[in-house]
Amino acid sequence: MLMNVLTYAALVHESVLDPAGTHARTIAGLWSVFLWVTAAIYVLVMVALVIALMRRGKHDAAETPRGTYAAVWVAGAASVMVLFALLTASILTGRAVAEERSEPLRITLTGRQWWWQIDYEDADPSRRITSANEITVPVGVPVTIHLHSSDVIHSFWVPSLNGKRDLIPGHDGTITILAERAGLFRGQCAEFCGVQHAKMALWVNAVEPAIYARWVEGSRKTARTPSTPSEIAGLQVFLRSPCPLCHTIQGTDASGSTAPDLTHLASRRSLGADSLPNTRAALTGWIRDAQQAKPGCQMPAIDLRSEELNALVDYLGSLQ
Amino acid sequence: MTGTDVMPYSSTDDAAQHEVLQKTWAPRRGLFSWFFQIDHHSIGRRFLFTAFVWFGCGGILAALMRVQLAKPNNTFLSADRYNQIFTLHGITMMFLFGVPVMEALAVYVIPLMLGTRALAFPRANAYAYYLFLFAGLMVYGALFLDMAPDTGWFSYVPLASPAFAPGKRVDIWAELVNFTEISALIVAVEIVVTILKQRAPGMSIHRMPLYVWSMLVTALMIIFAMPSVMVASNFIGLDRLVGTHIFNPAEGGDVLLWQHLFWFFGHPEVYIIFIPGLGIVSSIVTVFCRRPVFGYTAMVLSLVATAFMGFGLWVHHMFATGLPQSGESFFTAASMMIAIPSGVQIFCWIATIWLGRPSYRPPFMFVLGFFAVFVIGGLSGVMVASVPLDIQLHDTFFVVAHLHYVLIGGAVFPLLGGIFYWFPKMTGRLMHEGLGHASFWLVFIGFNVTFFPMHKLGLSGMPRRVYTYLPETGWGALNLLATIGAGVLGLGMLLFFGNALWNMWRGRAAGADPWGGDTLEWATSSPPPHYNFLRLPVVSGREPLWHEPERAPVVAGLAADKREVLITHVFDAAPDHRYVYPSPSPWPFVAALATAAMLVGGLFTPWSFAIGLTVLAIFLTAWFWPSSPAKEGEESADSPKSGEAS
Repeated sequence: MLMNVLTYAALVHESVLDPAGTHARTIAGLWSVFLWVTAAIYVLVMVALVIALMRRGKHDAAETPRGTYAAVWVAGAASVMVLFALLTASILTGRAVAEERSEPLRITLTGRQWWWQIDYEDADPSRRITSANEITVPVGVPVTIHLHSSDVIHSFWVPSLNGKRDLIPGHDGTITILAERAGLFRGQCAEFCGVQHAKMALWVNAVEPAIYARWVEGSRKTARTPSTPSEIAGLQVFLRSPCPLCHTIQGTDASGSTAPDLTHLASRRSLGADSLPNTRAALTGWIRDAQQAKPGCQMPAIDLRSEELNALVDYLGSLQ
Repeated sequence: MTGTDVMPYSSTDDAAQHEVLQKTWAPRRGLFSWFFQIDHHSIGRRFLFTAFVWFGCGGILAALMRVQLAKPNNTFLSADRYNQIFTLHGITMMFLFGVPVMEALAVYVIPLMLGTRALAFPRANAYAYYLFLFAGLMVYGALFLDMAPDTGWFSYVPLASPAFAPGKRVDIWAELVNFTEISALIVAVEIVVTILKQRAPGMSIHRMPLYVWSMLVTALMIIFAMPSVMVASNFIGLDRLVGTHIFNPAEGGDVLLWQHLFWFFGHPEVYIIFIPGLGIVSSIVTVFCRRPVFGYTAMVLSLVATAFMGFGLWVHHMFATGLPQSGESFFTAASMMIAIPSGVQIFCWIATIWLGRPSYRPPFMFVLGFFAVFVIGGLSGVMVASVPLDIQLHDTFFVVAHLHYVLIGGAVFPLLGGIFYWFPKMTGRLMHEGLGHASFWLVFIGFNVTFFPMHKLGLSGMPRRVYTYLPETGWGALNLLATIGAGVLGLGMLLFFGNALWNMWRGRAAGADPWGGDTLEWATSSPPPHYNFLRLPVVSGREPLWHEPERAPVVAGLAADKREVLITHVFDAAPDHRYVYPSPSPWPFVAALATAAMLVGGLFTPWSFAIGLTVLAIFLTAWFWPSSPAKEGEESADSPKSGEAS
């Protein structure tokens, strides 16, 4: 967990100009074309303006030299041609980016106020994986993400991997990402979705296929059985308190479905859709009063005695 | 305000003529006369003043947002407060400032520029003003009651639907749209009618000043665009108040319908806000380069083309929703091609400057600022028109930067220049030039320091409409820079408006024509008399005041003891008939009060509309009640003739 916190800043990849996915790389190429062409146009226009301002030997109001007409015509025609070139580049890039890929891996992403539910689909229900706010994908494999929303419109956007795509109630969509290298890629909801729109981030964790296979193996397991007395007490606290009404921990009786699945909570980087780092102190504060860190979120303040809270945090912290 | 100042020619009975006209057109005096006013000068001034008050409020909200975002994890504003503030900032700038201020300037300037005595439908003009005033009072009142709209100025469903937005906040948004759009539509109709039917004889359609063209195009766009958002706002009102399911996907409604209705208005809105700015730029470039704008026909066609194309690219706000590829390509092409008419205008202005002799006075400085800023906004617009780039840039700070470059560059810079330029006409006094230059540089530098870094923030992944961000994102430094820039920008604005307010009373007297203007508003005294022109001018060129104004012919045959205006033909502006204008009346104010009560009541119950419309019908009957049959009958068919001044 400490590792997570220390390397947090160093690992953040969240930029259009720092592509790590094929789609984002293609778009970054188009960006360079647009940037240099428009910068050149800007410089030309400003130079023309400055020369026009500085020019000595102005003409009579009555006459307009033929050269002026020619210059304006040339400038107009040149803009049309440049715009057509940019249009062509844009449409070709659009086709390349939109190309549908096969689906060896199918993930459903559900936007909720204000977190992301992630389901790895499988024909066999026991092989499905449910998680929150962190998508683990293998490097070099196209992953098609099916987008749903259970409440309002959200938008999935991980700038280093691909452009954004809205999650619209009643209009399911898809987006494909293909990570070219391992890394942690951050993204934030990009459509205003209510009071905590600012704290609705997610991570895409791209790992080598072998690591991915191990991750899948581990994630399909039900929750770790509590071993220490404190952890055992923590599970009891969890089941006694209101937690199971909303949360699921697979392998226990907790099977609520409106809040993040906690089966492997301790393996996640952050809490509350990247509102806080996943540390013991942050988790304790989050359970005691989530409204402090994320006012307006659906998680209520949980009133526990401090030893109960300690046990609960011990237990949740063990859920690797 | 003697007769000899009013027109460049003199006549022995000018004084007598002035006496009679003054008596006919002067507003009523007395305690309640404020509520009777229908004169386009006073309504125009109030409209402008009120719009700038809302602009100041919107600016304060922007400053609060910049303070909140100056550092990561800041707690200056709560999430809920921030969301109300950014929503109200957008609402203010789009609904309470952008459109109304441009219409307000036109209400004042257009009749003068056309050489007519008054704006068409003056009572409706007063009514529109009061609605606009009440709109701002309602929504800022709501802010102080902690119930301002908080779903963004675009108020997307389902976030704005009853399930996710309980309370009255979204209803206030919906009624605000009704208030402001009724007002905007009425003024647009007045502007179209005034331009098409009240031009000075001889001002055929190809001699209209470019500013008049820009307002004609803008007003027509308003008439086509605004109904769409009113339909949308009343649909959401029905969903929230009556229980319909127009936007509820669970009951077969569709949330994307909202986005189509909204952006069919929302995109043209951008052009509605900056096309008047382009007209102001043409006016200022002409006067301060001492030369007619190069390529008049190209300029006019560009304005018209922008207006047409402006209605064909609303979907570029929806690229991230996922569209069929052919549709995307069409809207990308349309969005990029609209850069062509804007480019043509830029080239024509540069050619004008090339051929003319620019004098660097404050209005011209603001126009130069417009060039430097607006061209960046246009070019970043070409970027976001591209689907692959847009799905990266959409809803990020890059778009915040882009839209401010377009709207502040395309509308606010020319508007400040225009205010400086027409200020002497409206007040009779000049603003201070040194302070004008200082405010220009502060605004120009502050603006760029604020908004240029936002391009980079967007590329670095910062979404719009977030009340805070984590330190690990690395967005802190540029945000701090933007906040510092906002401070400089704010100082520049304060200096500009301080300069205006101070010199409204203390400024140097301007005289009729301080800039050597080319258009008719400079042919009358500053400020103009209530009747505008002692003798209505007849024009024979595009720059009437630059073509031997001493010998200009004038209109004869209009009664001075009645509120007669000359109606001319649409295309060639040949005299058509005389029309007797309505007299001052309290009914527009009363009707506006009733309308406001109805719309505010509409926050709570749909019955408000049934009752309110009945009451309104009674007031409107009083409003339109003919004052006396004799007066009405005098709208005569015999045309007055234009002739040489004696």
